[in-house]
Amino acid sequence: MQKSITYRAYFLLLLLVLTVCFLVNISLGSVSIPLEETLNAVMGKSTEVDSWSYIIWNYRIPKAFTAILVGSGLALSGLLMQTLFRNPLAGPFVLGISSGASLGAALLILGSSIFSGFFAFTMVNDISLALAASIGSFLVLLAVMVVASKVKDTMALLIIGLMFGSITTAVVSVLSYFSTAEKLQQYIYWSFGSIGNLSWNQLLLLLTIIAIGIIMSIFSIKSLNALLLGESYAKSLGVNMKRSRYTIIIATGLLAGGVTAFAGPIAFIGLAVPHLTRQIFNTTDHKVLVPAVLIYGAILMLICDTIAQMPNSANVLPINAITSIIGAPVVIWLLIRKRKMIF
Amino acid sequence: MFKGEVAAIVGINGVGKSTLLRTLGNVQPKLSGNITLNNIPLEHHSIQELASEISVVLTEPIASKNLTVLELISLGRQPYTNWIGTLTQEDKEKISLAMEMLQIEELKSKKCYELSDGQLQRVMIARALAQDTQLILLDEPTTHLDLYHKVQILKLLKSIAHKTNKTILFTTHEIEIAIQLCDKILILESNRSTFGSPCELIEKKSFENLFPSNTITFDSQTGSFRVNK
Repeated sequence: MQKSITYRAYFLLLLLVLTVCFLVNISLGSVSIPLEETLNAVMGKSTEVDSWSYIIWNYRIPKAFTAILVGSGLALSGLLMQTLFRNPLAGPFVLGISSGASLGAALLILGSSIFSGFFAFTMVNDISLALAASIGSFLVLLAVMVVASKVKDTMALLIIGLMFGSITTAVVSVLSYFSTAEKLQQYIYWSFGSIGNLSWNQLLLLLTIIAIGIIMSIFSIKSLNALLLGESYAKSLGVNMKRSRYTIIIATGLLAGGVTAFAGPIAFIGLAVPHLTRQIFNTTDHKVLVPAVLIYGAILMLICDTIAQMPNSANVLPINAITSIIGAPVVIWLLIRKRKMIF
Repeated sequence: MFKGEVAAIVGINGVGKSTLLRTLGNVQPKLSGNITLNNIPLEHHSIQELASEISVVLTEPIASKNLTVLELISLGRQPYTNWIGTLTQEDKEKISLAMEMLQIEELKSKKCYELSDGQLQRVMIARALAQDTQLILLDEPTTHLDLYHKVQILKLLKSIAHKTNKTILFTTHEIEIAIQLCDKILILESNRSTFGSPCELIEKKSFENLFPSNTITFDSQTGSFRVNK
């Protein structure tokens, strides 16, 4: 009982931090708008300069929401993978899921210029790009699953994930070599990761994908907890392993694939946030971890985005670089502090 | 076997003790033959049904050593909890009862990686006990433990079986301790197997052929093995 009250207080605090991060995020940008005016715009009141309200509603708020969805989605997918593969190193990147998405995107963007005849019917727009990236990540995830059912050794699985990554990189470089400069630039921009270009409609689509992923994860909480003991024990506790495994895999595919499709490959959030959350909440119970990683992921992503947009300057840094710069030291710090990575 | 009895499966390495136990516990598919539980074939039970009939303690390490003792034992209540795993008052009572029987209340909030092998084994048994099943299967519960802790675990198993009227079946290499503590023993050999109370088995000289007689012989007077020098 005592514990659940502490958790509730934690969650309230986190939601407060999230709100503050959200407001700070939308008040900072290339155009400097005072916090007070930002609040006015959010509340729907008129602002001192008319364009401010337009900037906030059509540019900054969609971007902040994208950051929240991206952060939450990646963090949750990381948590699911770490538990499913019983491996603290698992994450959308390490197991090649993001590589799969990149391959899907590369085939569509770069392939359309090379195999123009074959791909003539495809249109490179955001929807088809999202679809291609999702299919790519899903296929890699499926391949990893097949391998995982044959290879019991998780180290081998990680190496296989890295190999998938190398293959993807290789295929992408072959495609780049033959494609036009314009298409290449389009792909490279996608691979930098970006959360600033989503319209309200696209945001709605991403929200739907992430929401389905979250609902599937919530229904898997019980099996995820049982999986902490290992598959044999989970089975002896009455968990339908086959069904749970597929639910978790599909949820991961939707979360990681959906995010990568819309925002490009974004590193480290998926790996770092679950570890950070476990340390802070000091629990392994997924009833606490699932909501906690969602909020932490969102907060971290908002902070990264705030830094990336370099307040008061016209430059925007690639978000992917910022998440790595922040995420990698976090993982290193955790390792040094604990001397081992337990999950 | 009767309710409230403790039985050991003994046999040389690789004869299939663990395989038998894991098959009985539905952890792995059977190779051949029939297993029935309450007169219904094992495969006709749903895994949810089995989860409230059979609990297991396996040799494989648990996936996450970051679980606290309480969290781990609480997982034993999964077959009875709702879709998200909320513990009811009854669940909590069963959990504290299990911890009390295994004398691990003071370890409650420790993490599994902080425990010694003997403590962890007791926690795993408490988890199986919290699952509240008629049958508890344990695969080599005494490996890696010293003589004192081996005896302690087996005595605990015996008292659990007698007090709660549960049936406990485990594999072991500790034949001498098993002879002294178990109600029944199953001797598994490659071509035949014998089952009975330790005294009957000693009388039938069933232990004599367990190991090659030029290396180890069984002394039926003391119920122990001797190495031939």
